[in-house]
Amino acid sequence: MNFEAIKAIYKFEMARTRRTLLQSVVSPVVSTSLYFIVFGAAIGSRVQEVGGVPYGAFIAPGLIMLTLLNQCIGNGSFGIYFPKFTGTIYEILSAPISTVEILIGYVGAAATKGLIVGTIILATASLFVDISIAHPLMMVLFFVLTAVSFSLFGFMIGIWAKDFEQLNLIPMLVIPPLVFLGGSFYSIDMLPPFWQTVSHFNPVLYLVSGFRWSFFEIADVNPILSLAIVAGFLAACLSITAWIFRTGYKLKN
Amino acid sequence: MAPIVRIENLTKSYATGFQALKGVSLDIEEGEILALLGPNGAGKTTMISIVCGIVTPTSGRVTVAGHDVIRDFRKTREIIGLVPQELTLEAFETVFNTVSFSRGLHGKRPDPALIEKILRDLSLWDKKDTMLRFLSGGMRRRVLIAKALSYEPKILFLDEPTAGVDVSLRKEMWQLVERLRATGVTVILTTHYIEEAEEIADRIGVIDKGEILLVEDKAALMRKLGRKRLTVELAEPVEAVPAALSHYNLSLGDDGHTLVYDYDTAGERTGITGLLAALAAAGLRMKDVATEQSSLEDIFVELVGGAK
Repeated sequence: MNFEAIKAIYKFEMARTRRTLLQSVVSPVVSTSLYFIVFGAAIGSRVQEVGGVPYGAFIAPGLIMLTLLNQCIGNGSFGIYFPKFTGTIYEILSAPISTVEILIGYVGAAATKGLIVGTIILATASLFVDISIAHPLMMVLFFVLTAVSFSLFGFMIGIWAKDFEQLNLIPMLVIPPLVFLGGSFYSIDMLPPFWQTVSHFNPVLYLVSGFRWSFFEIADVNPILSLAIVAGFLAACLSITAWIFRTGYKLKN
Repeated sequence: MAPIVRIENLTKSYATGFQALKGVSLDIEEGEILALLGPNGAGKTTMISIVCGIVTPTSGRVTVAGHDVIRDFRKTREIIGLVPQELTLEAFETVFNTVSFSRGLHGKRPDPALIEKILRDLSLWDKKDTMLRFLSGGMRRRVLIAKALSYEPKILFLDEPTAGVDVSLRKEMWQLVERLRATGVTVILTTHYIEEAEEIADRIGVIDKGEILLVEDKAALMRKLGRKRLTVELAEPVEAVPAALSHYNLSLGDDGHTLVYDYDTAGERTGITGLLAALAAAGLRMKDVATEQSSLEDIFVELVGGAK
């Protein structure tokens, strides 16, 4: 195991985070605060409790997930896309490092950053609403598994993307609908039956539901199923990444 | 001693059908400086990229210090340094950090003292905290070299190290290669500047259209193909080479105004003394005499031209 290389990539990626501190930390905090003011205070005061939880608190886990997903996909994709774009990828490809080590370095750094920002959002949320965590261990498990899976997902987007447009395509076009329709701001039993069925095909529903369960013990789907879906997503991302490195897809010619 | 790099029947075809390498074999000895000469698109970079692991070969095999570059990639890549042709660097990283990054990437523990020495040797020390995007082209080239030296490779590939570099930096590069040779590093450089190969290489390989045309000791190559030519300019033109001079194999040039004599510098007798005496004896008045040596450039043009 080339630990020095993992450390070098990880440190390099974290240094990039520090350079972009404003956009990586401050902007999610600002947008989350806006969500709480608009949804939590303005609308929430007119909405009854959802499953016994005040509406402001109810949306907090979904908001944390929204930020976590955006951060992890953004960092995971940018971290590997940029060396491809500038050509510095030659150094990674010609270094004595294995696939696993490259992944630990890039995905580890992207997940770390996502977790840091997610934690800051959690702290921000607790300024606006009362938050209790019923199952801290499960909460951390959901938090970390989601961060790693979506950083890996971002990593794949970064390898697949030919240009900046493709790089932003999935984070901008695919993720927001999945998050907004994934029960971040409502319980899906508020939907008409048809849309309830559709929602069950949305993977983000399971994430948000499971994550919310670890806070308030209310869930749209069984938490164990949620966990299985997250683990399955992680496994799928891992096997696709393994294939990418084995074949050199879009990395080597 | 076994060669440090052994390339056997290496081929590379792209999906477009383009064949970049057509069965290249090459042995590189430890400690030597090998120059690979060839026009753009000859396959030089492709070959280097395969040795370094950036490009996957279609067929053939490469071993470095006895290890297969694909199966034992850790062992081979640890000892290979690569300075790419393109000036590819991060934009926002500092000089010191990017060089330290390369060292880490190759599994070596941090060694700030060594990084300092490398940066000083390359006149980069006062730029150590400068962001890479603010550097000039020459400085960026130096940074790429510093990155490759940061993990103390045994074999260094320099892909067109002096392309677009000014004269003083080019001289500095040559001195650097000399210093590396003194420490036992094997250096393989590609170039299309012939004087560069002539100046610093021990051996020269000529590659064109994906094939190695020849690999030869530089001195032997120069000797073998390095003929000299003596041109005698006559005061009065002649219609034919005088019969008394026939055994010199002279040819007539410039409408009989010059006599051209090709000879071999490696030969025991060049025959010049005799020829000049014979010219005088034949009553020919000489206006001027010039000699020229065929350079590596002529040899190269002849080889590459001949292969077309």
